[in-house]
Amino acid sequence: MSTVAGEMDHTDHHHHAPSGITRWLFTTNHKDIGSMYLWFSFIMFLVGGSMAMVIRAELFQPGLQLVDPHFFNQMTTVHGLIMVFGAVMPAFTGLANWMVPLMIGAPDMALPRMNNWSFWILPFAFAILLASLFMEGGGPAFGWTFYAPLSTTYSSDSTALFVFSVHIMGISSIMGAINVIVTIMNMRAPGMTYMKMPLFVWTWFITAFLLIAVMPVLAGAVTMVLTDKYFGTSFFDAAGGGDPVLFQHIFWFFGHPEVYIMILPSFGIISAIIPAFSRKRLFGYSSMVYATAAIAGLSFIVWAHHMFTTGMPVAAEIFFMYATMLISVPTGVKVFNWVATMWRGSITFETPMLFALAFVILFTIGGFSGLMLAITPVDFQYHDTYFVVAHFHYVLVSGAIFSIMAAAYYWLPKWTGHMYDETLAKWHFWCSLISVNLLFFPMHFAGLAGMPRRIPDYSLQFADINQIVSIGGFAFGLSQLIFLWVVIKCARGGEKAPAKPWEGAEGLEWTVPSPAPYHTFETPPEVK
Amino acid sequence: MATNDPTPNNARPDNARVVKRLLFVVVGMFGFGFALVPLYEVFCDITGFNGRTKNEQAAVNTRQIDTSRTINVQFITRVNKGMPWGFSPEVNSVRVHPGETKVVNFLASNPTGQNMVAQAIPSVAPGEAGLYLNKTECFCFNQQPLAAGADTKMPMQFYLDPDIPEHIHTLTLSYTMYDMTANAQPDVLATFEATPSAD
Repeated sequence: MSTVAGEMDHTDHHHHAPSGITRWLFTTNHKDIGSMYLWFSFIMFLVGGSMAMVIRAELFQPGLQLVDPHFFNQMTTVHGLIMVFGAVMPAFTGLANWMVPLMIGAPDMALPRMNNWSFWILPFAFAILLASLFMEGGGPAFGWTFYAPLSTTYSSDSTALFVFSVHIMGISSIMGAINVIVTIMNMRAPGMTYMKMPLFVWTWFITAFLLIAVMPVLAGAVTMVLTDKYFGTSFFDAAGGGDPVLFQHIFWFFGHPEVYIMILPSFGIISAIIPAFSRKRLFGYSSMVYATAAIAGLSFIVWAHHMFTTGMPVAAEIFFMYATMLISVPTGVKVFNWVATMWRGSITFETPMLFALAFVILFTIGGFSGLMLAITPVDFQYHDTYFVVAHFHYVLVSGAIFSIMAAAYYWLPKWTGHMYDETLAKWHFWCSLISVNLLFFPMHFAGLAGMPRRIPDYSLQFADINQIVSIGGFAFGLSQLIFLWVVIKCARGGEKAPAKPWEGAEGLEWTVPSPAPYHTFETPPEVK
Repeated sequence: MATNDPTPNNARPDNARVVKRLLFVVVGMFGFGFALVPLYEVFCDITGFNGRTKNEQAAVNTRQIDTSRTINVQFITRVNKGMPWGFSPEVNSVRVHPGETKVVNFLASNPTGQNMVAQAIPSVAPGEAGLYLNKTECFCFNQQPLAAGADTKMPMQFYLDPDIPEHIHTLTLSYTMYDMTANAQPDVLATFEATPSAD
């Protein structure tokens, strides 16, 4: 790695980049790699979304209509894996690649060749995962959480492929995270102190530390599943002296920081967009930084709130309950700061702002249902019901995904040099907003009424709710095609975007022309 | 976060050092994932977390029997998925005073045409009670051989530690029987040759 950095001499840039496919295969340019990450994540979003459509089509009516239960389980599993590791995480890495160097005044990422690697191993990981669906016995069907013994004793032969693909995804994220940390620590423009960094940079900095702390634990967990299944070890097999509950501890030690990995960069995006369209500075910058760090720190001591029903001692349940509730304090600080930023601002409602506003409201709803789930005694009722499904889709879809959409609209003029079609974008927003609530809000009621998650069939009394949810699901899926249309239209042409298309926007990324030239900040800007 | 004064990016930054440190964290956390396995073991042994019992022979009780308290000890048995044995306790529950020694028999039968070896794995609910359950004799300490078509009566002798917390009035001891024929210890297998048919 050191030689890669050492060879980065700023006098011998390739001014004639290779063309055609090799440009993309061999590129070490952060903007190219960022674009590839974003396109890849969008493709995965559509692939994972199609699986959600299969799930919602099957659940449209009670009874078994379209797919057999084993295939249904594969759909829920692979939908989860693809959305987490293929859509949300690469989208954030793509945004980091594009925006972190531009925001801190760096010419590129610190480790550009490793950057190329961390992207290009991803398509192989997902090719392996998707190929496993076509194997005899089917693909992974044990849920994205791959609890033992479902993933060891009772899994199909394709589990080895699942394990290897997760290994590759993990290596990719770790390399991406190392790159972000080194870039932020070593490549900031003169005068860009840590407390002057834009919040997107700060939140990604903290996210990257979470990634290098927990992705190796995930790698360990899948490795143990692999050896338990194929090499006769008994990490999770009670007959051999292991313990299946241990799996859940290891998995959620990774899994809970992981959910913050998928939301902290969102906080950074929203903290850039709300001030821009309120035409005010962000309220409470330093408290935002400390709140992000606090959330990241707390994420390591709350994992067992996913396991309240495993028969933990009361003392442990109470500890994890209060630790979890504590997280709502720094999160509340953030929501308060966003609202305070808007207070008496001159607000305009361009599409990025609309998505950001929807984020604040809907993410807060997801946060509240999370708080409800944190209450140990009631979790016994909510556990493994559609209430949980509603909760994490509120924070991940109307949270993380909405923030990614907001970011895309906010920075599309910088990326493409054209303004996107505001009318179409507003259509995308309103269709998404209405359908996402139609899709996920009724799930709360289904869950409270006792409908379990991850099942292809259900009792008749849930039929109406599921029909509404499915209609919302199809509408939300179709709405995303509008987004695709807007992005393609914007990339192909449109009104020329000025260097700073948003009146209230701040940051170094708006000091370079639109579209951002292939090489930027080769002479570092001076930050005062 | 060594400094607040960033390196100007036209100088050659010391990326290698940062990368090395971060890789060290990555390797360390990969190791930590595996270290959780023994840590969990130790944690469960100390706290009784997760219903572990002391799965070794306890010393005979020498302490006073606490006749002021009576605790209901329930027994649950199950066989692992695909395991064909019959397996049940002779009584579903016993009432004991802390310190009092009791024997409960468990019945196992092997209805198959093959000699089999099994191992019973205990678990106690509530988990904290597991620390106070002392077994002076138990079939669960060893693998159990059972010849084709045979059945057997397996004793388990236990007492509850008089220090068992006041709020525990009932505890449940659950055994799951696993098929260990493929992984049987050689001395257990040897019993089949010594006694061609059990009982």
